[in-house]
Amino acid sequence: MGRKLLLDKIGIEGIKYFDAYRKNGGYRALEKALKMSPDEIVEEVKKSGLRGRGGAGFPTGMKWSFLAKPEGVPRYLVCNADESEPGTFKDRYLMEHIPHLLIEGLLISSYALGSNKTFIYIRGEYAWIVDILEQAIEEARQHNFLGKNILGTGFDCEIYVQRGAGAYICGEETALIESLEGKRGNPRIKPPFPAVKGLWDCPTVVNNVETLAAVVPIINIGGEEYAKIGVGRSTGTKLISACGNINKPGVYEIDMTITVEEFIFSDEYCGGIANGKRLKACIPGGSSVPILPANLLLKTAKGEPRYMNYESLSDGGFQTGTMMGSGGFIVLDEDQCVVRHTLTLARFYRHESCGQCSPCREGTGWMEKILHKIEYGKGTMRDIDLLWEIQSKIEGNTICPLGDAAAWPVAAAIRHFRDEFEWHVTHPEEALKRNYGLAHYADERAVVAQ
Amino acid sequence: MFQFSEEKLQQAQKIIARYPEGKQKSALIPLLHLAQEEAGGWLDVPVMDYVASLLSIEPIEVYEVATFYTMFNLKPVGKHVFEVCQTGPCMLRGSDDIISYIKEKLNIGPGETTPDGMFTLKTVECLGACGYAPMMQLGKTYREHLTREKIDQIIEECRRQVAVNN
Repeated sequence: MGRKLLLDKIGIEGIKYFDAYRKNGGYRALEKALKMSPDEIVEEVKKSGLRGRGGAGFPTGMKWSFLAKPEGVPRYLVCNADESEPGTFKDRYLMEHIPHLLIEGLLISSYALGSNKTFIYIRGEYAWIVDILEQAIEEARQHNFLGKNILGTGFDCEIYVQRGAGAYICGEETALIESLEGKRGNPRIKPPFPAVKGLWDCPTVVNNVETLAAVVPIINIGGEEYAKIGVGRSTGTKLISACGNINKPGVYEIDMTITVEEFIFSDEYCGGIANGKRLKACIPGGSSVPILPANLLLKTAKGEPRYMNYESLSDGGFQTGTMMGSGGFIVLDEDQCVVRHTLTLARFYRHESCGQCSPCREGTGWMEKILHKIEYGKGTMRDIDLLWEIQSKIEGNTICPLGDAAAWPVAAAIRHFRDEFEWHVTHPEEALKRNYGLAHYADERAVVAQ
Repeated sequence: MFQFSEEKLQQAQKIIARYPEGKQKSALIPLLHLAQEEAGGWLDVPVMDYVASLLSIEPIEVYEVATFYTMFNLKPVGKHVFEVCQTGPCMLRGSDDIISYIKEKLNIGPGETTPDGMFTLKTVECLGACGYAPMMQLGKTYREHLTREKIDQIIEECRRQVAVNN
């Protein structure tokens, strides 16, 4: 069993509510933090090596230290709960089951950053979670952990929950800020970064739910202790939301020392591939990161076991590796069609493009149309090359990373499963009736047996 | 003319009070949610104009937001809206079959409403329930691990609910 820091108390009855949370050590980190100076807290977070859990993996302590502090200007902390990356449902799990952990993390972080008004921006569809969070906020207020003069320290902090209304792009921090200001979710050009000019033009930090929750154990055990868990620059624990064709879909907390093979096949985690089938491919970090065939997923190109951490998952770059991303772990069994799966992702990105930048607005639509053509038996070999060309012209040519996020899944699908795309072109009739199955290189048993 | 009930107006004012002076436009999305609830599930132009007047902003500022976000309906919808996820992880667990079953059962396509105004079918993109797929959103709730039998039950449940309310 790996060490757990976020979900260790998840089985306790009533942990969703203040009394049980408090009885089991809740809000002790906040009490401790309020006796420290804000800078000392930032220092602990830096020492912990915590990296942003929303997908980008940027060091949190460093992000915090960029926050501008001009005299007389309010600063804001915004919690990004706009979880919308296909395959990702970990923040939802945390907020539904142990909301006080997030509230406590938010209060500590607000104190560290000097935010007296903190917002949780939550995706609009998570409507019932708004009620859960608001109840937790009220409970915290009743016990003077939130509101005016918290625990007599003179620190004031209000937390407000704001619902979005269905827009993946609002998970991008500047689009989120625009949305919070009551506008369309069009990302801003950076610089200026939110740390200097964010919400209502004030210095702002935007952090993911899991990142802010992780601040609680960091304060409890200390940054140095936290950094000892895991390996290299992948410190602490990570929530992985596992889905697709596995026996036990769900949210798992891992310390980042286990192998991908153990994560998929052991009963503690995914419990193997569903229905006795074989593993074909996997997107381990949310739909934007490259898909890998089983062989490259379980072992790196050098033949070493691949681990569930930032460095190992990206070993080999985009040629033979992928990314940790948000931890949205999507598994495809031998019967799944990579072309069809990629088509659904292309449709997703076309639907979610905000329309500001032409390469993304037009390119995502073209990619969807071409993939549709190939999937439905009307594609040509030229279409596969065209698809490659379009994705390469979106990547790096847009204001925000949605362009890259849309391009990468298509690029990786062609890179590793070109034979499957070609088979759709050469066998259009057959492709309508059955799926391509396992490519020779995608058989994990052959790999494991080596 | 559309206007909020006393209760909704109080909720709206409480939301507006969260923001600093002059930044009341930040309340736009929360207020549009309230308005959509009150106005029968969709936002007609007079409804959006009313929200604009509450926030002292131009109507166009409301229209451009309402047209951007998927959750705001710009035309009437049925009493029960089935929003079925069709993105990759749900597709892997059989959402295609769930969508075609609903189409067959209700005899409508995505984006359409049954002639009795009871049901609307929408296909939507990832709702963050990938581990509990296939799934759909129904009002404020998620219905997960869908099967054909569960769809039958949900349709029955909606019909009963409407009968009770009438």
